[in-house]
Amino acid sequence: MKRTFWIFPVIFLCVALPLWLVPAPPEGEEAFSGADGKAESAITDIAPDYTPWFSPLLEPAGGEVESLLFALQAALGAGVIGYWLGVSVTREKQRRERQSASREGPGGDAD
Amino acid sequence: MHIMEGFLPVAHAAGWTLASAPFLAWGLISLRRRLREQPEQRMLLGVAAAFAFILSALKLPSVTGSSSHPTGVGLGAVLFGPLAMVPVGFVILLFQALLLAHGGLTTLGANLFSLGIVGPFVAAGVFRALRGLGASLALGVFLAAALGDLATYLTTSVQLAWAFPDPVGGFAASFAKFAGIFALTQVPLAIVEGLLTVAIFNGLARFNGEELRRLKLLPGQEARA
Repeated sequence: MKRTFWIFPVIFLCVALPLWLVPAPPEGEEAFSGADGKAESAITDIAPDYTPWFSPLLEPAGGEVESLLFALQAALGAGVIGYWLGVSVTREKQRRERQSASREGPGGDAD
Repeated sequence: MHIMEGFLPVAHAAGWTLASAPFLAWGLISLRRRLREQPEQRMLLGVAAAFAFILSALKLPSVTGSSSHPTGVGLGAVLFGPLAMVPVGFVILLFQALLLAHGGLTTLGANLFSLGIVGPFVAAGVFRALRGLGASLALGVFLAAALGDLATYLTTSVQLAWAFPDPVGGFAASFAKFAGIFALTQVPLAIVEGLLTVAIFNGLARFNGEELRRLKLLPGQEARA
């Protein structure tokens, strides 16, 4: 694990640097808007008379609800990873304790 | 990489759905067989699926001034092979299509093809090729995840350029436009995804060495990426 430690500052830089490097967008445009939405407007540029033939069954009621659902998705994943990490650390600790107990030999007091 | 609901012509939507369906069925069959034969892999599979869940929910800012999200399917593709990640990608895309109005049911086939099929297959292929060439485990995992991520976004660009060729420049001009939106934005995010995948892979190598050795990802003795 020691060797992976440098990874996290690099990730942080990759995510944070664009916030400084990218100039502010022109008035009225959202900074760092989603690429999906940009593709959607590119479609309307290329084919102005294309009309979507199906619309989502359920739209999140506003941006706040949408971010709630995205957070929920990430939290579900993070919960599972956290469970795995907890189980793994405990398992490793128990293995180490068992090893040191057996090294003390049957006569030794393991407790 | 989400193509919005209704934003593919009917023929394309149907075509991509038909193209993805056999992979999904094949993926489900192989996943079920794997869990029956090696139930101890359940935890590892859960980690791979959870990793994809987290990463595909994180929209990160990029140097192009737009935001996009990594895919997270590279890890599972390296661990279990690409087929295992098709059902995982399907669940993620279905969740986002139904609850978030991100992507859609009509474009589910096309989106599954880019995120759940091309991405994992490229990741697994890159990993196998690099390991065959003698690259280190860490480099193999990094490039597999990063290139798998990029491949997903290039696929989306191809899908959109195919459906909406430029009236003047045709497919090529249209592809350049969509790739400019998707693939360019994705480059730093692909690097982030590659690094995160290496980090979690190292965790797996430390805590689940036995399982990784059985998957032939680690040599017989204790080793770390």
